[in-house]
Amino acid sequence: MEINLSIDPELVRKILTEFIRSEIIRVGFSRAVVNLSGGIDSAVSFVLAAEALGPQNVLAICLPYKTSLADSLEHAQMLIDQSGCPSVTIPITEMTDPLIAREPGMSEIRKGNIMARARMIVAYDQSEAFKGLVVGTGNKTEILLGYTTLYGDSACALNPIGDLYKTQVRQLARALGIPEPIIAKPPSADLWAGQTDEGELGFTYEEVDKLLYLLVDQRYRPEECVEAGFDEKFVRQVFERVRKNQFKRVLPPIAKLSSRTVGYDFLYLRDWGT
Amino acid sequence: MKLNLALAQINTELGNIQANLEKHLTLVKQACQDGMDLLVFPELSLTGYVLQDLVPAVSCRPESDDPFFQQLLDASRNIDLVVGFVDEDTRHRFYIASAYLSQGEVVHVHHKVYLPTYGLFDEGRFFAPGDSVRAFETRFGRFGMLICEDFWHASPPYILWQDGADVLLFSSASPGRGLNGEPKLESSTWVEHINRAYASLFTIFVAHTNRSGFEDGLNFWGGSTVFDPNGKLVAQAPYFEEALTKTEIDLNQLHRTRARLPLLRDERPELVQRELERILHGN
Repeated sequence: MEINLSIDPELVRKILTEFIRSEIIRVGFSRAVVNLSGGIDSAVSFVLAAEALGPQNVLAICLPYKTSLADSLEHAQMLIDQSGCPSVTIPITEMTDPLIAREPGMSEIRKGNIMARARMIVAYDQSEAFKGLVVGTGNKTEILLGYTTLYGDSACALNPIGDLYKTQVRQLARALGIPEPIIAKPPSADLWAGQTDEGELGFTYEEVDKLLYLLVDQRYRPEECVEAGFDEKFVRQVFERVRKNQFKRVLPPIAKLSSRTVGYDFLYLRDWGT
Repeated sequence: MKLNLALAQINTELGNIQANLEKHLTLVKQACQDGMDLLVFPELSLTGYVLQDLVPAVSCRPESDDPFFQQLLDASRNIDLVVGFVDEDTRHRFYIASAYLSQGEVVHVHHKVYLPTYGLFDEGRFFAPGDSVRAFETRFGRFGMLICEDFWHASPPYILWQDGADVLLFSSASPGRGLNGEPKLESSTWVEHINRAYASLFTIFVAHTNRSGFEDGLNFWGGSTVFDPNGKLVAQAPYFEEALTKTEIDLNQLHRTRARLPLLRDERPELVQRELERILHGN
Protein backbone atom coordinates (compact mmCIF):
# COMPACT_ATOMS: atom_id res chain seq x y z
CA MET A 1 0.00 0.00 0.00
CA GLU A 2 1.28 3.37 -0.99
CA ILE A 3 1.46 6.11 1.61
CA ASN A 4 1.90 9.47 -0.03
CA LEU A 5 1.59 12.36 2.38
CA SER A 6 3.62 14.73 0.25
CA ILE A 7 2.05 17.96 -0.89
CA ASP A 8 2.96 20.56 -3.45
CA PRO A 9 3.20 23.52 -1.07
CA GLU A 10 2.62 26.14 -3.77
CA LEU A 11 -0.61 24.46 -4.91
CA VAL A 12 -1.85 24.22 -1.34
CA ARG A 13 -0.80 27.78 -0.60
CA LYS A 14 -2.77 29.07 -3.58
CA ILE A 15 -5.94 27.19 -2.65
CA LEU A 16 -5.77 28.12 1.03
CA THR A 17 -5.08 31.82 0.58
CA GLU A 18 -7.92 32.04 -1.93
CA PHE A 19 -10.14 30.10 0.46
CA ILE A 20 -9.42 32.58 3.27
CA ARG A 21 -9.99 35.56 1.01
CA SER A 22 -13.20 34.20 -0.47
CA GLU A 23 -14.74 32.97 2.75
CA ILE A 24 -14.03 36.16 4.68
CA ILE A 25 -14.85 38.74 2.04
CA ARG A 26 -18.08 37.16 0.79
CA VAL A 27 -19.65 37.43 4.25
CA GLY A 28 -18.86 41.11 4.48
CA PHE A 29 -15.53 41.14 6.30
CA SER A 30 -12.02 41.97 5.17
CA ARG A 31 -10.06 41.15 8.30
CA ALA A 32 -9.08 38.21 10.47
CA VAL A 33 -7.76 37.48 13.93
CA VAL A 34 -5.54 34.52 14.78
CA ASN A 35 -4.50 33.19 18.18
CA LEU A 36 -0.75 32.67 17.96
CA SER A 37 0.54 30.00 20.32
CA GLY A 38 4.09 30.02 19.04
CA GLY A 39 3.52 26.61 17.48
CA ILE A 40 3.56 25.54 13.87
CA ASP A 41 -0.19 25.22 13.23
CA SER A 42 -1.13 28.72 14.29
CA ALA A 43 1.99 30.02 12.52
CA VAL A 44 0.79 28.49 9.23
CA SER A 45 -2.79 29.75 9.56
CA PHE A 46 -1.52 33.19 10.49
CA VAL A 47 0.93 33.50 7.60
CA LEU A 48 -1.71 32.27 5.14
CA ALA A 49 -4.21 34.81 6.49
CA ALA A 50 -1.68 37.64 6.24
CA GLU A 51 -0.89 36.65 2.67
CA ALA A 52 -4.58 36.40 1.79
CA LEU A 53 -5.79 39.63 3.35
CA GLY A 54 -2.69 41.80 3.69
CA PRO A 55 -0.73 42.08 6.95
CA GLN A 56 -2.58 45.18 8.12
CA ASN A 57 -5.81 43.18 8.09
CA VAL A 58 -4.73 40.35 10.35
CA LEU A 59 -4.47 40.73 14.09
CA ALA A 60 -2.11 38.38 15.92
CA ILE A 61 -3.24 37.58 19.44
CA CYS A 62 -0.79 36.25 22.02
CA LEU A 63 -2.38 34.76 25.11
CA PRO A 64 0.25 33.56 27.54
CA TYR A 65 -0.52 31.85 30.86
CA LYS A 66 1.96 32.20 33.71
CA THR A 67 3.40 28.73 33.05
CA SER A 68 3.66 29.12 29.28
CA LEU A 69 7.15 28.53 27.95
CA ALA A 70 9.16 31.65 27.21
CA ASP A 71 9.83 30.12 23.80
CA SER A 72 6.16 30.26 22.91
CA LEU A 73 5.95 34.03 23.19
CA GLU A 74 9.32 34.52 21.51
CA HIS A 75 8.32 32.38 18.57
CA ALA A 76 5.00 34.19 18.23
CA GLN A 77 6.89 37.48 18.28
CA MET A 78 9.25 36.27 15.53
CA LEU A 79 6.22 35.68 13.32
CA ILE A 80 4.66 39.02 14.15
CA ASP A 81 7.89 40.83 13.36
CA GLN A 82 8.31 38.91 10.15
CA SER A 83 4.73 39.54 8.98
CA GLY A 84 4.25 43.18 9.89
CA CYS A 85 0.79 42.42 11.29
CA PRO A 86 -0.67 44.29 14.26
CA SER A 87 -0.65 42.30 17.47
CA VAL A 88 -1.98 42.29 20.97
CA THR A 89 -0.74 40.36 24.01
CA ILE A 90 -3.31 39.56 26.67
CA PRO A 91 -2.17 37.31 29.49
CA ILE A 92 -4.92 34.90 30.52
CA THR A 93 -3.58 34.16 34.01
CA GLU A 94 -5.73 36.80 35.70
CA MET A 95 -8.91 35.56 34.11
CA THR A 96 -8.34 31.85 34.61
CA ASP A 97 -6.65 31.63 38.02
CA PRO A 98 -9.68 32.68 40.10
CA LEU A 99 -11.70 29.83 38.59
CA ILE A 100 -8.85 27.37 39.01
CA ALA A 101 -8.29 28.52 42.62
CA ARG A 102 -11.87 27.60 43.59
CA GLU A 103 -10.92 23.93 43.47
CA PRO A 104 -7.55 23.08 44.89
CA GLY A 105 -6.05 20.04 43.20
CA MET A 106 -7.89 20.60 39.94
CA SER A 107 -6.64 18.21 37.24
CA GLU A 108 -4.28 19.40 34.53
CA ILE A 109 -6.91 18.48 31.94
CA ARG A 110 -9.48 20.76 33.52
CA LYS A 111 -6.98 23.59 33.83
CA GLY A 112 -5.92 23.08 30.24
CA ASN A 113 -9.53 23.20 29.05
CA ILE A 114 -10.14 26.40 31.03
CA MET A 115 -7.11 28.01 29.40
CA ALA A 116 -8.11 26.90 25.93
CA ARG A 117 -11.61 28.30 26.45
CA ALA A 118 -10.29 31.55 27.94
CA ARG A 119 -8.22 31.95 24.76
CA MET A 120 -11.36 31.38 22.71
CA ILE A 121 -13.19 34.11 24.68
CA VAL A 122 -10.39 36.57 23.99
CA ALA A 123 -10.19 35.61 20.30
CA TYR A 124 -13.91 36.20 19.82
CA ASP A 125 -13.79 39.44 21.78
CA GLN A 126 -10.91 40.67 19.62
CA SER A 127 -12.82 39.45 16.59
CA GLU A 128 -15.59 41.94 17.39
CA ALA A 129 -13.18 44.74 18.31
CA PHE A 130 -11.00 44.30 15.19
CA LYS A 131 -13.97 43.37 12.96
CA GLY A 132 -12.11 40.29 11.80
CA LEU A 133 -13.14 36.64 11.64
CA VAL A 134 -11.38 34.03 13.78
CA VAL A 135 -9.18 31.87 11.58
CA GLY A 136 -8.78 28.37 12.98
CA THR A 137 -5.55 26.52 13.56
CA GLY A 138 -6.55 22.87 13.98
CA ASN A 139 -4.90 20.34 11.65
CA LYS A 140 -6.48 17.15 10.30
CA THR A 141 -4.55 14.88 12.67
CA GLU A 142 -5.80 16.60 15.78
CA ILE A 143 -9.33 16.97 14.44
CA LEU A 144 -9.52 13.24 13.70
CA LEU A 145 -7.96 12.27 17.02
CA GLY A 146 -10.11 14.78 18.90
CA TYR A 147 -6.93 16.19 20.43
CA THR A 148 -8.53 19.54 20.97
CA THR A 149 -10.74 21.37 23.48
CA LEU A 150 -14.32 21.63 22.29
CA TYR A 151 -15.34 25.31 22.13
CA GLY A 152 -11.73 26.11 22.99
CA ASP A 153 -8.92 25.93 20.45
CA SER A 154 -11.29 24.26 17.98
CA ALA A 155 -13.58 27.31 17.85
CA CYS A 156 -13.23 29.39 14.70
CA ALA A 157 -15.13 30.96 11.80
CA LEU A 158 -13.14 29.12 9.15
CA ASN A 159 -10.21 26.73 9.16
CA PRO A 160 -7.70 26.72 6.31
CA ILE A 161 -5.52 23.86 7.57
CA GLY A 162 -8.07 21.33 8.83
CA ASP A 163 -7.56 19.01 5.85
CA LEU A 164 -3.77 18.85 6.23
CA TYR A 165 -2.15 16.24 8.45
CA LYS A 166 0.49 17.49 10.86
CA THR A 167 3.30 16.16 8.67
CA GLN A 168 1.78 18.03 5.71
CA VAL A 169 1.51 21.23 7.77
CA ARG A 170 5.26 20.94 8.30
CA GLN A 171 5.87 20.80 4.55
CA LEU A 172 3.70 23.86 4.03
CA ALA A 173 5.38 25.70 6.91
CA ARG A 174 8.78 25.38 5.24
CA ALA A 175 7.47 26.81 1.98
CA LEU A 176 5.83 29.70 3.83
CA GLY A 177 9.16 30.68 5.37
CA ILE A 178 8.14 29.96 8.95
CA PRO A 179 11.25 30.18 11.15
CA GLU A 180 12.91 26.80 11.61
CA PRO A 181 12.80 26.79 15.46
CA ILE A 182 8.99 26.83 15.22
CA ILE A 183 8.98 23.93 12.77
CA ALA A 184 11.63 21.91 14.59
CA LYS A 185 10.41 22.06 18.20
CA PRO A 186 8.26 19.25 19.62
CA PRO A 187 4.57 20.12 19.21
CA SER A 188 2.93 21.05 22.48
CA ALA A 189 -0.33 22.55 23.68
CA ASP A 190 1.88 24.22 26.33
CA LEU A 191 -0.85 23.94 28.93
CA TRP A 192 1.44 22.56 31.63
CA ALA A 193 5.17 22.12 32.12
CA GLY A 194 6.71 19.36 30.06
CA GLN A 195 3.54 18.64 28.05
CA THR A 196 4.12 17.47 24.48
CA ASP A 197 1.52 16.24 22.00
CA GLU A 198 3.43 13.09 21.20
CA GLY A 199 4.08 12.34 24.89
CA GLU A 200 0.41 12.73 25.72
CA LEU A 201 -0.90 10.87 22.69
CA GLY A 202 1.59 8.03 23.07
CA PHE A 203 2.70 7.97 19.44
CA THR A 204 4.39 10.26 16.94
CA TYR A 205 2.64 12.35 14.30
CA GLU A 206 4.80 10.66 11.72
CA GLU A 207 3.34 7.25 12.67
CA VAL A 208 -0.24 8.26 13.20
CA ASP A 209 -0.45 10.37 10.02
CA LYS A 210 0.49 7.33 7.95
CA LEU A 211 -2.16 5.23 9.66
CA LEU A 212 -4.86 7.91 9.41
CA TYR A 213 -4.01 8.42 5.75
CA LEU A 214 -4.67 4.73 5.12
CA LEU A 215 -7.80 4.49 7.25
CA VAL A 216 -9.42 7.79 6.33
CA ASP A 217 -8.12 8.96 2.95
CA GLN A 218 -7.53 5.58 1.34
CA ARG A 219 -10.37 3.71 3.10
CA TYR A 220 -8.28 0.72 4.18
CA ARG A 221 -9.82 -1.50 6.85
CA PRO A 222 -8.03 -1.61 10.22
CA GLU A 223 -7.17 -5.31 9.63
CA GLU A 224 -5.43 -4.40 6.38
CA CYS A 225 -3.30 -1.84 8.21
CA VAL A 226 -2.30 -4.50 10.74
CA GLU A 227 -1.44 -6.89 7.90
CA ALA A 228 0.70 -4.13 6.40
CA GLY A 229 2.77 -4.01 9.57
CA PHE A 230 1.09 -1.48 11.88
CA ASP A 231 0.92 -2.62 15.51
CA GLU A 232 -2.54 -4.02 16.22
CA LYS A 233 -2.96 -2.22 19.53
CA PHE A 234 -1.94 1.06 17.95
CA VAL A 235 -4.40 0.61 15.10
CA ARG A 236 -7.23 -0.23 17.48
CA GLN A 237 -6.38 2.67 19.78
CA VAL A 238 -6.31 5.20 16.94
CA PHE A 239 -9.49 3.86 15.32
CA GLU A 240 -11.34 4.05 18.65
CA ARG A 241 -10.05 7.55 19.29
CA VAL A 242 -11.36 8.73 15.94
CA ARG A 243 -14.75 7.11 16.58
CA LYS A 244 -15.15 8.37 20.14
CA ASN A 245 -14.33 11.93 19.17
CA GLN A 246 -16.93 12.26 16.41
CA PHE A 247 -18.96 14.44 18.79
CA LYS A 248 -16.28 17.12 18.53
CA ARG A 249 -16.64 17.22 14.76
CA VAL A 250 -20.39 17.72 14.50
CA LEU A 251 -22.92 20.21 15.77
CA PRO A 252 -24.81 18.94 18.83
CA PRO A 253 -27.77 16.77 17.78
CA ILE A 254 -31.10 18.55 17.99
CA ALA A 255 -34.07 16.43 19.04
CA LYS A 256 -36.34 16.36 16.03
CA LEU A 257 -39.95 17.33 16.67
CA SER A 258 -41.15 19.48 13.78
CA SER A 259 -41.36 18.75 10.08
CA ARG A 260 -38.24 20.79 9.43
CA THR A 261 -35.29 20.74 11.78
CA VAL A 262 -31.91 22.40 11.76
CA GLY A 263 -29.26 19.80 11.05
CA TYR A 264 -31.55 17.26 9.36
CA ASP A 265 -33.77 18.80 6.74
CA PHE A 266 -32.93 22.48 6.82
CA LEU A 267 -29.90 22.30 4.58
CA TYR A 268 -27.95 25.31 3.42
CA LEU A 269 -24.26 26.05 3.16
CA ARG A 270 -22.80 28.81 5.27
CA ASP A 271 -22.28 30.68 1.99
CA TRP A 272 -26.03 30.79 1.27
CA GLY A 273 -26.83 33.89 -0.79
CA THR A 274 -23.23 35.05 -1.18
CA MET B 1 -15.24 26.32 -41.07
CA LYS B 2 -13.95 28.16 -38.04
CA LEU B 3 -15.74 28.50 -34.73
CA ASN B 4 -14.71 31.21 -32.30
CA LEU B 5 -15.35 29.52 -28.99
CA ALA B 6 -15.18 31.15 -25.57
CA LEU B 7 -15.30 29.36 -22.23
CA ALA B 8 -16.66 31.45 -19.37
CA GLN B 9 -14.92 30.02 -16.32
CA ILE B 10 -16.80 31.95 -13.68
CA ASN B 11 -17.36 32.02 -9.95
CA THR B 12 -20.99 32.30 -8.88
CA GLU B 13 -22.99 33.61 -5.94
CA LEU B 14 -24.79 30.77 -4.22
CA GLY B 15 -28.51 31.16 -4.85
CA ASN B 16 -28.32 34.70 -6.24
CA ILE B 17 -29.61 34.41 -9.81
CA GLN B 18 -29.76 38.15 -10.39
CA ALA B 19 -26.07 38.65 -9.55
CA ASN B 20 -25.08 35.64 -11.63
CA LEU B 21 -27.22 36.74 -14.57
CA GLU B 22 -25.52 40.13 -14.53
CA LYS B 23 -22.14 38.41 -14.69
CA HIS B 24 -23.37 36.33 -17.64
CA LEU B 25 -24.52 39.44 -19.50
CA THR B 26 -21.22 41.24 -18.86
CA LEU B 27 -19.27 38.32 -20.28
CA VAL B 28 -21.65 38.04 -23.24
CA LYS B 29 -20.90 41.65 -24.06
CA GLN B 30 -17.18 41.09 -23.78
CA ALA B 31 -17.26 37.91 -25.87
CA CYS B 32 -19.31 39.68 -28.56
CA GLN B 33 -16.80 42.52 -28.68
CA ASP B 34 -14.09 39.92 -29.10
CA GLY B 35 -15.90 38.41 -32.07
CA MET B 36 -16.84 35.13 -30.43
CA ASP B 37 -19.51 32.83 -31.94
CA LEU B 38 -20.28 30.69 -28.90
CA LEU B 39 -19.90 31.28 -25.17
CA VAL B 40 -20.16 28.33 -22.77
CA PHE B 41 -20.88 28.74 -19.06
CA PRO B 42 -20.32 26.05 -16.42
CA GLU B 43 -22.78 23.78 -14.62
CA LEU B 44 -25.43 25.66 -12.64
CA SER B 45 -23.87 28.94 -13.72
CA LEU B 46 -27.01 30.93 -12.89
CA THR B 47 -27.37 29.55 -9.38
CA GLY B 48 -24.18 28.13 -7.88
CA TYR B 49 -23.62 24.46 -7.11
CA VAL B 50 -24.25 23.23 -3.55
CA LEU B 51 -27.83 24.45 -3.53
CA GLN B 52 -29.40 21.89 -1.21
CA ASP B 53 -32.68 23.39 0.06
CA LEU B 54 -32.24 26.42 -2.21
CA VAL B 55 -33.13 24.30 -5.26
CA PRO B 56 -36.87 25.16 -5.39
CA ALA B 57 -36.09 28.83 -4.75
CA VAL B 58 -33.75 29.25 -7.74
CA SER B 59 -35.44 27.25 -10.49
CA CYS B 60 -36.45 28.80 -13.76
CA ARG B 61 -37.92 27.86 -17.11
CA PRO B 62 -35.95 28.08 -20.36
CA GLU B 63 -38.72 30.08 -22.04
CA SER B 64 -39.08 33.61 -23.31
CA ASP B 65 -41.56 34.58 -20.57
CA ASP B 66 -39.12 33.63 -17.82
CA PRO B 67 -37.62 36.91 -16.53
CA PHE B 68 -34.07 35.51 -16.47
CA PHE B 69 -34.21 33.57 -19.72
CA GLN B 70 -35.81 36.51 -21.48
CA GLN B 71 -32.57 38.45 -21.01
CA LEU B 72 -30.38 35.51 -21.95
CA LEU B 73 -32.43 34.83 -25.07
CA ASP B 74 -32.10 38.48 -26.05
CA ALA B 75 -28.34 38.20 -25.54
CA SER B 76 -28.24 35.09 -27.74
CA ARG B 77 -29.23 37.15 -30.79
CA ASN B 78 -25.58 38.16 -31.06
CA ILE B 79 -23.78 35.07 -29.82
CA ASP B 80 -24.73 31.44 -29.13
CA LEU B 81 -24.82 30.61 -25.42
CA VAL B 82 -24.72 27.60 -23.16
CA VAL B 83 -25.97 28.38 -19.64
CA GLY B 84 -26.37 26.20 -16.57
CA PHE B 85 -29.52 26.44 -14.45
CA VAL B 86 -32.12 24.60 -12.37
CA ASP B 87 -34.99 23.57 -14.63
CA GLU B 88 -38.39 23.03 -13.00
CA ASP B 89 -40.71 21.07 -15.25
CA THR B 90 -44.48 21.45 -15.39
CA ARG B 91 -44.87 18.65 -12.85
CA HIS B 92 -42.43 20.51 -10.51
CA ARG B 93 -39.49 18.18 -10.80
CA PHE B 94 -36.14 19.92 -10.59
CA TYR B 95 -33.25 19.14 -12.93
CA ILE B 96 -29.66 20.26 -13.25
CA ALA B 97 -29.82 21.62 -16.79
CA SER B 98 -27.86 23.22 -19.60
CA ALA B 99 -29.57 25.22 -22.32
CA TYR B 100 -28.15 26.02 -25.76
CA LEU B 101 -29.50 29.40 -26.88
CA SER B 102 -29.10 30.86 -30.36
CA GLN B 103 -30.69 33.72 -32.31
CA GLY B 104 -33.21 34.32 -29.54
CA GLU B 105 -34.36 30.69 -29.42
CA VAL B 106 -33.85 27.75 -27.09
CA VAL B 107 -32.20 25.22 -29.37
CA HIS B 108 -31.75 22.40 -26.86
CA VAL B 109 -32.02 21.66 -23.15
CA HIS B 110 -30.09 18.84 -21.53
CA HIS B 111 -31.05 17.49 -18.12
CA LYS B 112 -28.15 15.93 -16.20
CA VAL B 113 -28.65 12.20 -16.43
CA TYR B 114 -26.20 10.99 -13.80
CA LEU B 115 -26.56 12.67 -10.42
CA PRO B 116 -23.61 11.84 -8.18
CA THR B 117 -24.87 10.94 -4.71
CA TYR B 118 -21.83 9.66 -2.89
CA GLY B 119 -18.79 11.06 -1.13
CA LEU B 120 -19.09 14.83 -1.07
CA PHE B 121 -21.94 14.81 -3.62
CA ASP B 122 -25.63 14.79 -2.75
CA GLU B 123 -27.37 15.64 -6.02
CA GLY B 124 -29.80 12.70 -6.05
CA ARG B 125 -31.33 14.00 -2.85
CA PHE B 126 -32.37 17.30 -4.42
CA PHE B 127 -32.73 16.70 -8.17
CA ALA B 128 -34.52 14.44 -10.61
CA PRO B 129 -32.35 12.68 -13.19
CA GLY B 130 -32.72 13.47 -16.87
CA ASP B 131 -33.70 10.61 -19.14
CA SER B 132 -32.38 11.48 -22.56
CA VAL B 133 -29.09 12.12 -24.30
CA ARG B 134 -29.56 13.80 -27.67
CA ALA B 135 -27.35 15.62 -30.13
CA PHE B 136 -28.79 18.76 -31.74
CA GLU B 137 -28.23 20.98 -34.77
CA THR B 138 -26.55 24.35 -34.37
CA ARG B 139 -25.48 26.89 -36.97
CA PHE B 140 -21.98 25.41 -36.63
CA GLY B 141 -22.88 21.74 -37.02
CA ARG B 142 -24.24 19.04 -34.75
CA PHE B 143 -23.32 19.36 -31.08
CA GLY B 144 -23.92 17.53 -27.81
CA MET B 145 -24.03 18.77 -24.23
CA LEU B 146 -23.28 16.88 -21.03
CA ILE B 147 -22.96 17.94 -17.42
CA CYS B 148 -20.13 16.75 -15.16
CA GLU B 149 -20.98 13.23 -13.90
CA ASP B 150 -22.64 12.54 -17.27
CA PHE B 151 -19.22 12.36 -18.87
CA TRP B 152 -17.79 10.12 -16.16
CA HIS B 153 -19.99 7.48 -17.74
CA ALA B 154 -18.70 6.41 -21.14
CA SER B 155 -22.15 5.87 -22.66
CA PRO B 156 -23.46 9.47 -22.91
CA PRO B 157 -20.50 10.72 -24.98
CA TYR B 158 -20.74 7.56 -27.08
CA ILE B 159 -24.45 8.10 -27.69
CA LEU B 160 -23.87 11.72 -28.70
CA TRP B 161 -21.10 10.64 -31.05
CA GLN B 162 -23.40 8.11 -32.68
CA ASP B 163 -26.18 10.71 -32.77
CA GLY B 164 -23.97 12.85 -34.98
CA ALA B 165 -22.30 15.26 -32.58
CA ASP B 166 -18.90 16.49 -33.74
CA VAL B 167 -18.47 18.95 -30.89
CA LEU B 168 -19.14 17.98 -27.28
CA LEU B 169 -19.75 20.81 -24.84
CA PHE B 170 -19.10 19.63 -21.28
CA SER B 171 -19.85 21.79 -18.30
CA SER B 172 -19.11 21.16 -14.66
CA ALA B 173 -18.77 22.50 -11.15
CA SER B 174 -16.02 20.16 -10.13
CA PRO B 175 -14.78 20.41 -6.54
CA GLY B 176 -11.00 20.24 -6.37
CA ARG B 177 -9.48 17.43 -4.32
CA GLY B 178 -6.59 15.01 -4.10
CA LEU B 179 -3.08 16.02 -3.00
CA ASN B 180 -0.18 13.83 -4.07
CA GLY B 181 2.83 16.12 -4.17
CA GLU B 182 2.20 17.12 -7.78
CA PRO B 183 1.52 20.76 -8.69
CA LYS B 184 -1.95 19.76 -9.92
CA LEU B 185 -4.93 18.37 -8.00
CA GLU B 186 -5.88 14.77 -8.74
CA SER B 187 -9.38 15.91 -9.72
CA SER B 188 -7.89 18.08 -12.49
CA THR B 189 -5.77 15.22 -13.78
CA TRP B 190 -8.74 12.82 -13.82
CA VAL B 191 -10.97 15.17 -15.81
CA GLU B 192 -8.25 16.12 -18.29
CA HIS B 193 -7.53 12.43 -18.92
CA ILE B 194 -11.10 11.56 -19.77
CA ASN B 195 -11.71 14.64 -21.89
CA ARG B 196 -8.62 13.92 -23.92
CA ALA B 197 -9.71 10.30 -24.19
CA TYR B 198 -13.14 11.16 -25.62
CA ALA B 199 -11.62 13.56 -28.15
CA SER B 200 -9.12 10.89 -29.25
CA LEU B 201 -11.45 7.88 -29.23
CA PHE B 202 -14.31 9.63 -31.00
CA THR B 203 -12.21 12.00 -33.15
CA ILE B 204 -14.31 14.96 -32.03
CA PHE B 205 -13.87 18.31 -30.32
CA VAL B 206 -14.37 18.27 -26.56
CA ALA B 207 -14.76 21.64 -24.84
CA HIS B 208 -15.05 21.54 -21.06
CA THR B 209 -16.05 24.58 -19.01
CA ASN B 210 -15.48 24.22 -15.29
CA ARG B 211 -16.12 26.87 -12.69
CA SER B 212 -13.84 28.57 -10.19
CA GLY B 213 -14.32 30.02 -6.73
CA PHE B 214 -15.39 28.52 -3.42
CA GLU B 215 -18.56 27.36 -1.71
CA ASP B 216 -17.79 26.93 1.99
CA GLY B 217 -14.66 24.76 2.00
CA LEU B 218 -15.07 23.44 -1.55
CA ASN B 219 -12.77 24.90 -4.18
CA PHE B 220 -13.68 24.73 -7.85
CA TRP B 221 -10.49 24.27 -9.82
CA GLY B 222 -11.27 25.88 -13.18
CA GLY B 223 -8.77 24.65 -15.75
CA SER B 224 -11.33 24.58 -18.59
CA THR B 225 -10.02 22.89 -21.71
CA VAL B 226 -10.59 22.34 -25.42
CA PHE B 227 -9.25 19.17 -27.06
CA ASP B 228 -9.30 18.70 -30.82
CA PRO B 229 -10.13 15.46 -32.73
CA ASN B 230 -6.48 14.41 -32.47
CA GLY B 231 -6.71 14.61 -28.68
CA LYS B 232 -4.51 17.66 -28.74
CA LEU B 233 -5.01 20.34 -26.12
CA VAL B 234 -5.84 23.52 -28.03
CA ALA B 235 -6.89 25.80 -25.17
CA GLN B 236 -6.72 25.78 -21.42
CA ALA B 237 -7.92 28.25 -18.82
CA PRO B 238 -5.90 28.89 -15.66
CA TYR B 239 -6.57 26.78 -12.58
CA PHE B 240 -8.70 28.25 -9.77
CA GLU B 241 -9.27 31.68 -11.31
CA GLU B 242 -12.09 33.27 -13.23
CA ALA B 243 -11.24 33.51 -16.92
CA LEU B 244 -12.74 34.06 -20.32
CA THR B 245 -10.78 31.65 -22.49
CA LYS B 246 -11.08 32.24 -26.22
CA THR B 247 -10.01 29.94 -28.97
CA GLU B 248 -10.63 29.52 -32.67
CA ILE B 249 -11.39 25.92 -33.52
CA ASP B 250 -11.04 24.74 -37.07
CA LEU B 251 -13.94 22.36 -37.71
CA ASN B 252 -12.15 21.14 -40.88
CA GLN B 253 -9.83 19.28 -38.51
CA LEU B 254 -12.62 16.68 -38.37
CA HIS B 255 -12.02 16.01 -42.08
CA ARG B 256 -8.27 15.65 -41.71
CA THR B 257 -8.36 13.51 -38.57
CA ARG B 258 -11.05 11.16 -39.87
CA ALA B 259 -9.23 10.76 -43.18
CA ARG B 260 -6.28 9.50 -41.17
CA LEU B 261 -8.24 7.64 -38.53
CA PRO B 262 -11.70 6.39 -39.62
CA LEU B 263 -12.90 5.27 -36.19
CA LEU B 264 -16.34 6.75 -36.78
CA ARG B 265 -16.68 5.00 -40.15
CA ASP B 266 -15.68 1.65 -38.65
CA GLU B 267 -17.71 1.89 -35.45
CA ARG B 268 -20.39 -0.82 -35.23
CA PRO B 269 -23.28 0.43 -33.10
CA GLU B 270 -25.44 -2.53 -34.23
CA LEU B 271 -22.92 -4.82 -32.57
CA VAL B 272 -23.17 -2.74 -29.40
CA GLN B 273 -26.94 -2.89 -29.59
CA ARG B 274 -26.96 -6.64 -30.16
CA GLU B 275 -24.61 -7.34 -27.28
CA LEU B 276 -26.48 -4.98 -24.96
CA GLU B 277 -29.73 -6.75 -25.90
CA ARG B 278 -28.11 -10.03 -24.95
CA ILE B 279 -26.64 -8.63 -21.72
CA LEU B 280 -29.83 -6.86 -20.64
CA HIS B 281 -32.51 -9.22 -21.94
CA GLY B 282 -30.72 -12.48 -22.54
CA ASN B 283 -31.52 -12.62 -26.25
